[in-house]
Amino acid sequence: MENLALIAQVQGYTAIALGLIIGLGAIGACIGIGIMGSKFLEAAARQPELIPTLQGRMFLLAGLIDAAFLIGVALAMFFAFANPLLARFG
Amino acid sequence: MASEATLSSTEYISHHLTHETVGQGFWTWNVDSLFMSGLLGVVTIALFYSVARKATSGVPGRWQAFVEMVVEFIDTTVKEVFHLDRGFLAPLALTIFVWVFLMNAMDLLPVDLPPTIAGWFGFNHWRAVPTADANTTFAMSLTVLIVVLFYSVKAKGAGGYAHELFTAPFGSNPLLWIPNFVLNVVELLSKPVSLAMRLFGNMYAGELVFMLIALLGASVFTLTVGSAAGFVGQLAMGAAWSIFHILIITLQAFIFMVLTVVYAAMATEHH
Repeated sequence: MENLALIAQVQGYTAIALGLIIGLGAIGACIGIGIMGSKFLEAAARQPELIPTLQGRMFLLAGLIDAAFLIGVALAMFFAFANPLLARFG
Repeated sequence: MASEATLSSTEYISHHLTHETVGQGFWTWNVDSLFMSGLLGVVTIALFYSVARKATSGVPGRWQAFVEMVVEFIDTTVKEVFHLDRGFLAPLALTIFVWVFLMNAMDLLPVDLPPTIAGWFGFNHWRAVPTADANTTFAMSLTVLIVVLFYSVKAKGAGGYAHELFTAPFGSNPLLWIPNFVLNVVELLSKPVSLAMRLFGNMYAGELVFMLIALLGASVFTLTVGSAAGFVGQLAMGAAWSIFHILIITLQAFIFMVLTVVYAAMATEHH
């Protein structure tokens, strides 16, 4: 019974951590994409002839910005489905 | 019924996240990742080889036009970043791009198809996406590290590179040798780690979302309104996520390739 309470506690804290990982990561990634997208549109409006060059770089950077967030999501998913912190309780 | 369903869904996910392995401890071989990546490598080579054999200077066929497009795209990308002789780096970049793209593209197969096919041959588990296995991505990024070291030594000589490792950012005062070296080692090691984790994280998260979507329609055979809604939701979300994922897999393959070239170009710069 005590074990059950401990497991519930670990699961509860893990759930909070998952929310923080995904939520904070999403905030960062969205702000980053937003800043980059606005700058891209600004630059495209000023010099439309640069759009093809800038577009490739924008997608590259979008991937880089998203990467840290998606690594966080992957870690969070891993903890959601196979929580190694619970392994101790058998 | 509800609790039974959630239990089995957790089991479903963790079953899909288990590798088919041979061996113990450090010498555990992930058979599925090895087989799939090897198979896709062979597919890549065979495709490009057959196209190259049949290449004509006349009107190109569809495949030849496609391969020429890919090769030209990679070559211009490498040319923009890397200014020395790219006789080795451009083919390497092409290999990385096509291979990683094909490995990522295994994500678009239905999540239950590869395990079912593998089940006919007596395998209990089968993960079809080699790049959703950290071992594969780290193997590739460590190879990139070797390439970076090779280009560093080639551009500066072994002595010159050692000199740079100890004196590069701060200066050549003997007191600064240790901080310089530590900083350089951290910089060098952060490259393969970030490369591998980026690709692995993207593919792992994508695969998991596909599994979660697959769970939506799991109870379709109970023939209730809820299960039907779940099935429709699975179709809609699966389609949406697949289309979005086409962008992600291409982007990640491209990023892996471009960063390899960028790292090699950085390695050849003199300080």
